Amino acid sequence: MMLGRVQVPPSVERGAVFEVRVIVQHPMETGFRRDYDGKVIPLNIVDRLACTYAGREVFRVELGSGIAANPYFVFPVVATRSGELAIEWSDDRGQAGRVSATVNVA
Amino acid sequence: MKRRTFLRVSTFALAAGALAARAQEVHDIAPLVDAITHGASAEEGGIDIGLPAIAENGNSVPLTLEVPSPMTEADHVREIHVIAERNPRPAVATFHLGPWSGRARVATRMRLAGTQKVTVVAVLSGERFRIARKEVAVESAACLDEGSLR
Repeated sequence: MMLGRVQVPPSVERGAVFEVRVIVQHPMETGFRRDYDGKVIPLNIVDRLACTYAGREVFRVELGSGIAANPYFVFPVVATRSGELAIEWSDDRGQAGRVSATVNVA
Repeated sequence: MKRRTFLRVSTFALAAGALAARAQEVHDIAPLVDAITHGASAEEGGIDIGLPAIAENGNSVPLTLEVPSPMTEADHVREIHVIAERNPRPAVATFHLGPWSGRARVATRMRLAGTQKVTVVAVLSGERFRIARKEVAVESAACLDEGSLR
């Protein structure tokens, strides 16, 4: 399980657009670096991150090695109903992570 | 060969070699763009690319992207692609959005392996495309610090 953090506003009006901020702790190894013994550090990046809310996928990003270490994203979502907003991701080694937040729609 | 001439020539050769080893080649990104647009032409502009003109550290450059769009069922942004022509892997990220997004604005932090032009392609509903570019001067490039485990 990898560490991540998601942030949503404490409450939003129905129909309003709110911002989701998410950060995942991950080195995003490019495969171009070497360690002190000269060995190549293998490629290992988070290649996919998706957000589900109100029963559907509302955001997805496919990442390359050009995204900085500890990937950080801000994206908009329309508030439809109160409930869980979940972010899931996985890396090249098959490790996955999940974080969630509660959206309160006024 | 005089000693002085030899020194001059070898210094040049060393400097040139070091530069060549550090400089990342600029990729032809046309095939990447064509893969997104399926060869269709893209409208120039219509994308706000928020990137610093000068980035001190290429390992983490803040990027914001906004595509003005009503984001309705009939007219919305479906995908935003980010391409960095001088990165060893130019395909940086693809964002998927929809009417449920409300607006087409995303932010992240990217790596830049040297001064270059960043290209952004937006895919809109109805098979329409937009393309925009932004030049960024990078003082300390990403991806080149082999041997460091920072």
